[in-house]
Amino acid sequence: MKYIDEFNDPQLARRLLDEIRATATEPWALMEVCGGQTHSIIRHGIDQLLPEQVELIHGPGCPVCVTPLEVIDKALEIASRPGVIFCSFGDMLRVPGTDRDLFRVKGEGGDVRVVYSPLDALELARGNPDREVVFFAIGFETTAPANAMAVHQARRLGLSNFSLLVSHVRVPPAVEAIMTAPECRVQGFLAAGHVCSVMGMAEYPELAERFRVPMVVTGFEPLDILEGIRRAVRQLERGEHRVENAYPRAVREEGNPAAVRMIEEVFEVTDRNWRGIGRIPASGWRLTDAFRAYDAEHRFDVSGIRTEEPAECRAGEVLQGLIKPTECAAFGTTCTPRTPLGATMVSSEGACAAYYLYRRMNAPAVQTGGSAQREEVAPVA
Amino acid sequence: MPERRADVVDPANWTCPAPLRDQGVVVMGHGGGGALSAELMEQIFTPAYGNATLAGLADSAVLELGGARLAFSTDSYVVRPLFFPGGCLGDLAVNGTVNDLAMSGAVPAYLSAAFVLEEGVELTVVERIARSMGAAAEAAGVTIATGDTKVVESGHGDGVYVTTAGVGLVPDGVDIRPSRARPGDAVIVSGPIGLHGVAIMSVREGLEFGVEVASDTAPLAGLVAAMLAVTPEVHVLRDPTRGGLGASLNEIARASGTGVRLQERAIPVPDAVANACGFLGLDPLYVANEGRLVAFVPPSKAEEVLAAMRAHPQGAGATLIGECVAEHPGMVVVATGLGGTRVVDLPLGEQLPRIC
Repeated sequence: MKYIDEFNDPQLARRLLDEIRATATEPWALMEVCGGQTHSIIRHGIDQLLPEQVELIHGPGCPVCVTPLEVIDKALEIASRPGVIFCSFGDMLRVPGTDRDLFRVKGEGGDVRVVYSPLDALELARGNPDREVVFFAIGFETTAPANAMAVHQARRLGLSNFSLLVSHVRVPPAVEAIMTAPECRVQGFLAAGHVCSVMGMAEYPELAERFRVPMVVTGFEPLDILEGIRRAVRQLERGEHRVENAYPRAVREEGNPAAVRMIEEVFEVTDRNWRGIGRIPASGWRLTDAFRAYDAEHRFDVSGIRTEEPAECRAGEVLQGLIKPTECAAFGTTCTPRTPLGATMVSSEGACAAYYLYRRMNAPAVQTGGSAQREEVAPVA
Repeated sequence: MPERRADVVDPANWTCPAPLRDQGVVVMGHGGGGALSAELMEQIFTPAYGNATLAGLADSAVLELGGARLAFSTDSYVVRPLFFPGGCLGDLAVNGTVNDLAMSGAVPAYLSAAFVLEEGVELTVVERIARSMGAAAEAAGVTIATGDTKVVESGHGDGVYVTTAGVGLVPDGVDIRPSRARPGDAVIVSGPIGLHGVAIMSVREGLEFGVEVASDTAPLAGLVAAMLAVTPEVHVLRDPTRGGLGASLNEIARASGTGVRLQERAIPVPDAVANACGFLGLDPLYVANEGRLVAFVPPSKAEEVLAAMRAHPQGAGATLIGECVAEHPGMVVVATGLGGTRVVDLPLGEQLPRIC
């Protein structure tokens, strides 16, 4: 298929890998920010093909992983209320709150529905005027415009039975948080192509300059990712720290101004908690006062839900590349993909989940779900 | 604009929540053909029924009865919508059980058909389903010999549920079970994967993928007979329905204590399926099929079996996709097109569309 197969070409991939190998003369640690890129890296085994000198650190860019426990608990509370149709992207249904997930709420009779767009939820609100329809608005800058559009439309149509449970997060403050954290090992970034296709590239030069890191706007197909790595390594070898666009077929310098205008009309910047990381200032969006009527937190009075996250795992250090997943005592024992302690094990593309699978691959015996045995086997990754 | 205080982020204080313990109620994932389904079997049904026959966890049980080897299988069908491109609930209910019998090498002979009807369903709908069952049975060479009907009150069902059970005879010299996979076996899939799941998704969710995708629902007993005519030494057959090829291969790997290594570029994924999965963030390996089988065949017989499959209408797209290995027992690994590897784990429940 045009524009997909071309970016999967094994021969071109080998050429890029050879070039990366030839360019890298010393060890470099790059972070891919976006969970979609992590997924592609794991799916295609790109991390295993890179030369030893180039290490990829999987960043905190999976919106499912980083949605705070507190917000999940609010979602569970709202979804449990009679008369509510709770709409969500599919992969949020399995993310654990304190004691259950949305699947469990559905199993107990809650009306929880998977939708592919907030506009689908809006249609449900139009078709069910006697029900309260709530959409779980999570995600980075990529999903924010459509969510903003849904609220905008709800107001235009005079729909009073539609609201959003908002947990939007922004990439630049997360990059800043990572770079200012003690012992940060990240030397360059693959910036998230889809985020930049909305927001443009204007937010990044200041970060690249301040932290002296190359930032390469990168796409999601294997060749996109390899090209992003190639350019980041080339900059590092030359001592440069510029913002580069390696994804020009989707990203323009100015982004998508109409989408940005829609975000700015509906949302305002706020501090946000990130699951497994903590509070990052100015790292999220919330609905502005003008759209407060569409804020599910207020409508259902769940603002008071406060969930403490007991310190049991070291996902934060994993996210920064400070430790490997296998160095965490909980890894593979109390923390597995089935019973995730933290963000990096929640998502199938989280670093811990990926290591868990690779480690099992090299284990002498099959470890079935729920086993608490530990095998001291190094991952292949 | 709040004050920027990036210094509050200290990884030493980054924390995680307590784990989610097992569900105390049935959730949709228990019917998804993945790890949750397996746990339901292992933790509730197998201990409760207390017999060794169940422990094989094959698609059908092979029983010694009156001097004959009888394959016996049952399956319930709860698909929504009832009618979809390429088939309907009726086709599925016949072909599904016929195929479960065929996966033990049996020649399917007789089926039962039990209906649970919801009050208010139009009789024309019931008739269409029954007629499609009759036609599918004729095409598969089986007889629907017995049945039952129950009606539940409006709101207590989902229109029509059908449960079929079937019996067939297993030829002498044939022993096909998931535990019989051996290192070296060729792993063959009978045609393009993912068509049924995408067909259902496209009508259920109102999604358009550029071209209409039709379900692959079909009876496979004839194809199996053609394979066994080449050699009775087929080790494993499985029809990768719920949970797709990924779940079936994991079950085989676990049952046999072997590993499976697939070549990603060899796996036949139609463009429409690849596009739909790309759009939704799903993996075609976990998408349901209703007219495909995966076979583990001794390497010395692989070419002959492949040729026989390709000569049969249901196996025209048969492809060698990998091999059974002694390494990483119980696990399925894919060699990616770029030369890396990834693990294909047993899915937990049903696949979920990803946000990004």
